[in-house]
Amino acid sequence: MTTITAARRARPRTQLRAGLLFLLPSAVLIGVFVIYPIANSLWMSLHDWTFFQTTHEFVGPANYLELLGDPRFWNALGNTAVFTLATVPAQIILGLLLAVRLSRARWWTSLMRSVFFFPVISSFATMAIVWKFVLSADVGPTAAWLRGAGIQPIDWLHTPNLALGAIIMVGLWKNIGFTMVILIAALQDVPESLNEAAVLDGAGPWGRFRNVTLPSIRQALLFASIIAVIASLQVFDQVYVMTGGGPLFRTETLVTYMYEQGFGQYRSGYAAAIAWALFLLIAIVSAFQLRIFRYRDVD
Amino acid sequence: MSTSTLPLYLRAERSPSRRILSAVGTFVIVLAALYVIFPFVWMLLTSFRTQEEIFSAPGNLIPATFNVANYLKIWTELPFARLFLNSVVFAGGVTILSVFFDSLAAYALARLDFPGKTIAFFIVLATLMVPYQITLVPLFQTVFDLHWLDTYQGLIVPRATSAFGIFLLRQFFMSVPRDLDAAARIDGASEFRIYWSVMLPLARPALATLAVFHFMNNWNDFLWPLVVTSSDTMRTIPAGLTLFSGQYVIDHGVLMAGATISLLPLAIAFFFAQRYFVQGIATTGIK
Repeated sequence: MTTITAARRARPRTQLRAGLLFLLPSAVLIGVFVIYPIANSLWMSLHDWTFFQTTHEFVGPANYLELLGDPRFWNALGNTAVFTLATVPAQIILGLLLAVRLSRARWWTSLMRSVFFFPVISSFATMAIVWKFVLSADVGPTAAWLRGAGIQPIDWLHTPNLALGAIIMVGLWKNIGFTMVILIAALQDVPESLNEAAVLDGAGPWGRFRNVTLPSIRQALLFASIIAVIASLQVFDQVYVMTGGGPLFRTETLVTYMYEQGFGQYRSGYAAAIAWALFLLIAIVSAFQLRIFRYRDVD
Repeated sequence: MSTSTLPLYLRAERSPSRRILSAVGTFVIVLAALYVIFPFVWMLLTSFRTQEEIFSAPGNLIPATFNVANYLKIWTELPFARLFLNSVVFAGGVTILSVFFDSLAAYALARLDFPGKTIAFFIVLATLMVPYQITLVPLFQTVFDLHWLDTYQGLIVPRATSAFGIFLLRQFFMSVPRDLDAAARIDGASEFRIYWSVMLPLARPALATLAVFHFMNNWNDFLWPLVVTSSDTMRTIPAGLTLFSGQYVIDHGVLMAGATISLLPLAIAFFFAQRYFVQGIATTGIK
């Protein structure tokens, strides 16, 4: 009797056992190294938590309140916002131009695509060392050429008003190829018959771009811009390497400030609060972007 | 661009104003391409120049002589062999473990039927939404509590699975026809055997895409190795080059040689397997 029911249940039961065994390694790893840290991050942010100390006083929302009154936090937030507002639109527009012009398969387009994709596969920190050198007023090539032409070279990274601009230009350099690749993938999925039909209806190149191409790649544009915004809000590598947040905190961003508080000052609780502020910002901006696109859908 | 290569229905509309607009577009692209390629060209050419030449003629693009001394100095002036080894162990270790564990979990979520599966998949998706900076500070604490700071396991184990990888492979496994594993199941094959001998061989392109994605991200990663490692002997290339260039006086040419070498493995892989790089990136857009 029992053997019959056991046999009947055999299939689902083995799948449950197999399912749990297959999931086990990832479940343990995600539990210990993702979910527990997320919860712990929230817990830490509610404490006066210094890394080296063994006891941590519960302070409730004190870290978050301190954040609201911390001019260095607002400065970092402002720099991050300027960086994002400057890079993302340029990245999307240039990425779209490149995608439209380079999406057809020819020898020169595939060469160009590789060129624009190369920064994406290179280490940003390592290439930021190269950029720092390229932009250097002493030994950099551009400064030498300017001097050769009798012009006083600009020390980009040490001039308070220009350093963030340099960080933005280098950020664009790294990420245009990323946007381009996503948009090319989307463009190649647009059926050629749609364009032909539009031509037969008398649409010019601009009309085709506006009424066929753009609507067809809307989803890809949305995702490219959401990812570009998220990545911009998390800007870190080139700032750390090229300016360290200076001069005069003019390039300090949310993540470099978090790094400084968490791993420079070892104020884990305060750094966790900065991380949650970043999370909140990302959530709000992403939701806003999704809303704009959805609203236009109804049109 | 010659007109004859365009589709037939587009040939009619090459008016002069269109040609000018098109030329402007091409000009912008060429300008942007020069901007993008310049740091790489500068890095490569400067890696062949002596420190004296860099200071005396900083504007010279082409080295006076192609001098390979910097490529020899990098191994003695810096513990570069060690940095390189650390990068290989870190990026290679994460890639092997993560592709294996990701594919196991993805197989369960795509092909097996058991209670709680939907919740498990939902949790995977939810962790994808959380920026990784949220976990950085507490992870540092966890790795410290495990006494894993400044060790390979501290670098590798927290990254030995990824929600993105599970998601990517699950989508691929879902698209494989059910008949294949049903046949194997009737023959009495175990689930692990079906996963190993039926699923994985079919999934080779997806596995290669994910492997390239993991290797590239970790080979290039800066923040995580910067946080977890502290000794000169445990740094990876990006963190090591950055910190050494700040702490010691190192010839610019030597640094550029190091940067060039660190780019080589990915550049070579990109040359031979470009589509896996592009697919990995394009998929992040679809997620």
